[in-house]
Amino acid sequence: MSEHGTESAGEGVSQPGTTARLDQGDIEGSGGIPERFTNPGLPPHVPRSADLDEKAAHRAERQVATLFGISMVATVIFLVAYFAIDQKTYESIPGIGQASLSNVVLGVSLGVSLLCIGLGAVHWARTLMPDTEVAEDRHPQRSSDQARRDAVETATSGRAASQIGRRPMIKFTLGGALGLFALPLVLQLAGSLGPLPEAGLSTTFWRKGMRLVRDPEMTPIKASDVTLGSVFHVIPEGIDTSAHVLEEKAKAAVILIGIDAALIQVPKERAWGYGSMVAYSKICTHVGCPVGLYEHRTHHLLCPCHQSTFDVTQNCAVIFGPAHRPLPQLPITVDAQGYLVAESGFHEPVGPSFWERG
Amino acid sequence: MKALGSHRRHPAAIVVLLLLGLVATGGLYSLLAPRPAQAAVATADDVTSGRTLFLANCATCHGINGLGGKIGPSLAGVGAAAVDFQVGTGRMPLAQPGVQASSNQVMFTDQEIASLAAYVATLGPGPAIPDSQDTAGNGDVAKGNELFKENCAMCHNFAGSGGALTQGKYAPSLGNVSGQYIYEAMATGPESMPVFNGQNLSPADKNDIISYLHYLDKNQNSGGLNLGNLGPVSEGMFVWVVGLGLMIGAAVWLGSKAA
Amino acid sequence: MNPKAVPKGVAALRAREDPGPQAPEEAPLSKVGALAGWVDERAGAAKPMSYLLKKVFPDHWSFMLGEIAMFSLVILLITGTFLTFWFVPSAGQVIYNGSYVPLKGISMSEAFKSTLDISFDVRGGLILRQIHHWAALLFTVSITVHMFRVFFTGAFRKPREINWVIGTVLSLLAINEGFTGYSLPDDLLSGTGLRAAEGFIQSVPVIGSYLAYFVFDGPFPGEAIIPRLFTVHVLLLPALIIGLFTAHIVLVAVHKHTQYPGPGKTNDNVVGYPFMPVYLAKSGGFFFIVFGITTLMAALVAINPIWLYGPYGPTMGTAGSQPDWYMGFADGALRLFPGFFEFNIFGYTLSLNVFIPSLIVMPLLYSIAGAYPFIESWVTGDKREHHLLDRPRNAPTRTGLGAMAISFYLILFIAAGDDLIAIKLGLSINQIVRTLQVMLIVVPPLAYWVTKRICLSLQRRDHDLVLHGHESGRIVRTAEGSFFEVHEPLPEYDRWTLVQHETLTPLQLTATVDTHGKRRTGSRGQRLRAKVSSFYFADGVPAVTPAELVAAHHDGSAGEAIETGQGGEGQGSGAPEWVGQLHGGADERPDTDAYAGHEGGVDPAPTPEN
Repeated sequence: MSEHGTESAGEGVSQPGTTARLDQGDIEGSGGIPERFTNPGLPPHVPRSADLDEKAAHRAERQVATLFGISMVATVIFLVAYFAIDQKTYESIPGIGQASLSNVVLGVSLGVSLLCIGLGAVHWARTLMPDTEVAEDRHPQRSSDQARRDAVETATSGRAASQIGRRPMIKFTLGGALGLFALPLVLQLAGSLGPLPEAGLSTTFWRKGMRLVRDPEMTPIKASDVTLGSVFHVIPEGIDTSAHVLEEKAKAAVILIGIDAALIQVPKERAWGYGSMVAYSKICTHVGCPVGLYEHRTHHLLCPCHQSTFDVTQNCAVIFGPAHRPLPQLPITVDAQGYLVAESGFHEPVGPSFWERG
Repeated sequence: MKALGSHRRHPAAIVVLLLLGLVATGGLYSLLAPRPAQAAVATADDVTSGRTLFLANCATCHGINGLGGKIGPSLAGVGAAAVDFQVGTGRMPLAQPGVQASSNQVMFTDQEIASLAAYVATLGPGPAIPDSQDTAGNGDVAKGNELFKENCAMCHNFAGSGGALTQGKYAPSLGNVSGQYIYEAMATGPESMPVFNGQNLSPADKNDIISYLHYLDKNQNSGGLNLGNLGPVSEGMFVWVVGLGLMIGAAVWLGSKAA
Repeated sequence: MNPKAVPKGVAALRAREDPGPQAPEEAPLSKVGALAGWVDERAGAAKPMSYLLKKVFPDHWSFMLGEIAMFSLVILLITGTFLTFWFVPSAGQVIYNGSYVPLKGISMSEAFKSTLDISFDVRGGLILRQIHHWAALLFTVSITVHMFRVFFTGAFRKPREINWVIGTVLSLLAINEGFTGYSLPDDLLSGTGLRAAEGFIQSVPVIGSYLAYFVFDGPFPGEAIIPRLFTVHVLLLPALIIGLFTAHIVLVAVHKHTQYPGPGKTNDNVVGYPFMPVYLAKSGGFFFIVFGITTLMAALVAINPIWLYGPYGPTMGTAGSQPDWYMGFADGALRLFPGFFEFNIFGYTLSLNVFIPSLIVMPLLYSIAGAYPFIESWVTGDKREHHLLDRPRNAPTRTGLGAMAISFYLILFIAAGDDLIAIKLGLSINQIVRTLQVMLIVVPPLAYWVTKRICLSLQRRDHDLVLHGHESGRIVRTAEGSFFEVHEPLPEYDRWTLVQHETLTPLQLTATVDTHGKRRTGSRGQRLRAKVSSFYFADGVPAVTPAELVAAHHDGSAGEAIETGQGGEGQGSGAPEWVGQLHGGADERPDTDAYAGHEGGVDPAPTPEN
């Protein structure tokens, strides 16, 4: 029973005494009107046309059979098309355009074959199988009190029989053994899943004197190649011969931008650049996507992942978006042949923040 | 024979008459309308006619000498390529002020564009209209793909479907754009696009990129309808609307009473 | 033979019970019968079979949503197994030389290359891949919609709390299964997602860099992540999902399915159709329908065209970098969370701007969802079993809270597509982000309030419908010259659905008096409970009672004592059918109204019949 009182008669009801008396006044009280409406029971069953008319039933049978028949035909089409259509055939499919004919035919035939089985089965159930609702009784989930007592009895007597209550040494050492046994599994995972990071997140491939080369062509860049408003996607020379190319690239990617030095507002940025060029880490300080979208008229660098925006005239400080730190700058200069080289490595860790970053 | 006028008109007569009128007008137009001339090599005549066109259509924003006005920047050094691109794709003359000039209806014939380009080229040295061999799109599709992914995809999307920039600017879709305009855009860096000069992406590199984009134009639908090649967002929308819709439709049918 | 004696040795062998050749009963009726008999003799299967085949399932389309998820899971298992025959889970670099022209000669991982081969060089490979991915999207979509249905109808109440928790965990496992799955091909889009994932792990305070190195076996990307994701996606998560899902449906079988309220349906029965033959055909058929529609989608609409994305490289990116839809809310949270919240404390960096949206939001939302049944049962104090579903309007606060949660989730989800919204609608991405940040705070409470008010209005509408029936459009002129519209009373079966619900009232604090005679108003926990209960149940429109219905029909038609208290059925009195249902007009106006009827001694108070 509920802990709440069910609502009394509610608003607008007239007082007892003026309520209608269905019982001609014979019964005292609320006039024999029940407190709540009662369930009227299942509504009368309305037969379907296939229940009454054999012709309708026969028609339903034909429809179901047709659906199953279409399925069979579609399966055969699949089997034939599997061998008959070459993988590399591309045809213009109406509504789609040039598409892989094999994919479309195999897929449509398989889809139709499956779909028609389903449609046929459901149609059969809807039209021909009985649709008189039946009621099944529920029983409380709770076991009977006797069953509960039995369970408790078995458990407690078993516990007593095991003597664990009387044997504290067993109890404690059992607890200890069970508590510890999983540790080797955990240690295996934690201990050998991967190496310690050490300085991994704080250093990159860049060293003093390394040439800046184009990614992916690996050709060096002359200072005179870089015009105002141009952007070069750059990696250090020699990175393709390193032991872990992709891992090094993931930290060493740099974007080289041609920008009028007069627009740069931070002296350090001008000093670390060379002429009308600056080089910044391309790895976003938010979660590490490559920041490649340079809008050269506004001098903004946009990261495509979460729209962090960096202002190149302000040392790539964050002007919008969820990043916090500016992009680290790579100091650059030229070598004797006029090719752009790094003056040193980065002066701070690149990429997303981490606890020990400092 | 009865007079024509005394015959009762067939109900379809008015439709036929309209159609005839439309066909006649269209036919006359196509006969008499000026045909756009083929692009020709710039000559001194071109420069002069270009200057005339410039004064009439461009000087209001870009200044009488093309060195910049109140609204339009200086065109010294933008080169013929920039003019060919901007005017040839209808971006210029600017239809309305906004965040960005978008491709629009082209306002000039090819000959006029060539003249304008020739004139603006005289204002200062800049990228020339590329050689047709560099824009033919007969280069290395795979190399072009690699270059596109490194230099272009972060703005224009992996299939060139376009992408958002800040403050309402955008990198437009690259579908069905001629090789010449793709080249010129790379060379001149219109709007927010950086400049990819010949030392950054050589003419062969640019041709490769054009080849990749043209390949995409012809082969967009390998797996079926591509939903705009915008990635998982359109796929998610499709599955919620069409996929789930069909499933729920089937479920409603399944649970309904038969006739 | 004494059954208690235990023979030993040879005697044991001789004494062993030998049933002897079984006398065959009637010859088996058919081969199927013979097989069934064979199994039954070994496993005693007849009784459970009979129990299962007789099970009754209620019929409503919204109960099929969980089935869509179940069938999608089966499709995923089948197609996924096929894919493992061709997919190579290795990050080793190879040069591609297959049939896709724009990638010929390009260096890529084996994983990516094998996916390209499946798409272009294995017969039927592309359709398999596309079915698998579409089924994955449908799986997560249907789980979500199913969860909403269960929530809004209150199907998580006792005894189904365990099942709700299992379902919440299944939902979390499903979206992670999807994430690991689409990251396997190592393409540009999913690789960017993995890169972001590494950034999230790095942001964990104190142990972030260690965790990142452990997960990736060194610096990003490393060679281990693809094979490890493969193990998680093919072995670990499917095992967990299948195990939990089995528990989930076993519980549904044990508890029996819930049912919507209606005539003939009570809390103590299940009304529907038996499994054999109706639901076998309908559910079995629905499986084929789901599979068929998924396959047709896979045949005609491309999904995850990895050949267009290209192989992953840490220096490349694409505009429009989004995860699959079910991870959208997490991506949106990352985009909306302001960058201000990164702090430098004593030389250590605490990146809450990354840590919170990426690693706190998802577990937090799922924990709140998983705990909800227990919160609600604490609030209501209701310890009964509930097998009749609530109509959402009859639980306005719960429905409002659900709408609030969904609107919060939706705003995060929309934020993930902000750059696509910007280009498709020509808007500024910066303004979209700012607007969504504000909406995230403002819209959910608004959604709660609006939804709750709508529920209450719908309840009032039901209330009025029961009391006043449907307007029939027939105008009747009475002898006195007034015009009334006849209302059709609601048929009893329709009415029942509108009046069967129970309106819960707020828990009252029972103030007790302690030994010194001072009123003790209850502990803080109890006071909180009463407050929350009041928040939940203070508003509500109780169901119409028969007495109210009777009273409503007493709207002052003098001398026409009510016969129709139960809705106008067969009284056999000579009263015209519209007696007692006249509404509007002079009779219902208060006496002081200028248009109140005063002729003929109309008396607003009903007179008992004599």
